Amino acid sequence: MTSSEPPSPRSPDTAVDAAARDTRAARSGQNLWSGVLFGVGLVAFIDEAVFHQLLHWHHFYDRATPEWGLVSDGLFHAFSWFATIAGLFLLADLRRRGALRWPRWIAGVLLGAGAFQLYDGTVHHKWWQIHQIRYVDDLLPYDLTWNISAAVILAAGVILAVRTRPSRAGAAGDSGERA
Amino acid sequence: MRHGHGGGGAPTLELILIGLAALAVLVYASGMLTSRRQGRAWSTDRLGLWTLGIAAATATVVGPLPEAAQGDFVRHMAAHLSAGMLAPLLLVLAAPVTLALRTLHVTPARRISRLLRSAPVRFIAHPVTAGILSAGGLWLIYLTSIFEMMQAIPVLHVLVQGHLLLSGYVFTAAIIGRDPAPHAPRWVLKAVVLVLAMASHAVLAKHLYAHPPTGVPIGQAHDGALLMYYGGAAIEVAIVVIFCAQWYRAAGRRLAPRSADAPHTGDAHRTAPATMASAK
Repeated sequence: MTSSEPPSPRSPDTAVDAAARDTRAARSGQNLWSGVLFGVGLVAFIDEAVFHQLLHWHHFYDRATPEWGLVSDGLFHAFSWFATIAGLFLLADLRRRGALRWPRWIAGVLLGAGAFQLYDGTVHHKWWQIHQIRYVDDLLPYDLTWNISAAVILAAGVILAVRTRPSRAGAAGDSGERA
Repeated sequence: MRHGHGGGGAPTLELILIGLAALAVLVYASGMLTSRRQGRAWSTDRLGLWTLGIAAATATVVGPLPEAAQGDFVRHMAAHLSAGMLAPLLLVLAAPVTLALRTLHVTPARRISRLLRSAPVRFIAHPVTAGILSAGGLWLIYLTSIFEMMQAIPVLHVLVQGHLLLSGYVFTAAIIGRDPAPHAPRWVLKAVVLVLAMASHAVLAKHLYAHPPTGVPIGQAHDGALLMYYGGAAIEVAIVVIFCAQWYRAAGRRLAPRSADAPHTGDAHRTAPATMASAK
């Protein structure tokens, strides 16, 4: 897969360096997915802890919720718990293999967090009306803040994910990744 | 509201259930001692898990909880969580099948392992079937008149708890079982089934919040549904952590032989610090 890459100029022990690079390139997907899973879980956790439990802005159930809204809500409730935990175990696995690349992992976190928040803010809150962000008269500022911040996070994730693609992250791209 | 019924009429049933529970603990403990006599260690922690699991299951059919649960939806839900989720988790972690296969004589042990490999058992123990039986059974209880009937008929109440325990055990074992499993299903399949089962539980909890079962006051329905939603999530999180830890260990085992059997083991050791240094 990485046989076309030039050998590292630093070290004469190119076989080992190539092997390490190979692991990192092969695990690029796992870096991203581990981050995406953790990002989804992180946003769901903030949603539950801050907006449901601390602020009591969100409601457990809103009479306007249709049944398929409950199904989507339940699926994301289940998936986000699983994602948080599985994402962290995948991260531990990357560390154990020496294949962890923080920039790519953080790109994944931003992607997962932004995408999930945007989905929650548009499909859940607006389209299916599972519950609103806050039960106030003028909801627009809340919805705009919610969805624009989600879009910004998602865009940052896309940019970082493109910049940390394995083709770019060759021998020169691994500075400071294993601090 | 239905305080007249329940426990009082069935002391014999209670005695039988207590006897069964005591027997289960005694048999497990004697199995543990047999295993140790044969020189094979068996952790006392597992006996503790087994005893707690049996206690969690028994408490839902004997003693003050089932009587209180007759007219109280919150207590009813606590009993349901205990029998259907907590007890199965504790019992599965105690790995009773492993202990049985290890300590029984050859003939019964062979019979058990043949039974476990038989087509019907493998079908029921498959994650998809086990998930449908466990999650689907729960929907049936609340969407049909079973819920009302089990309040009035003590034997039916015990049968429902028994179903919750059994289907919960089979499902938990299918996902995180420690016992030997022929043809263990793939990790991704188990993960998908686990997430779907968790989702089904959360959806049913919110459904009950919105549509209380017949005869349940709205306040009790809300508190019971919240307990089901968050209490269920707590036990599910424990199952997810155990599931991921099992994957992590299995992935580590696949990783280890490769580095150990590599032709240049010495080189790998020598160059490991160099790789670290070059990465700085």
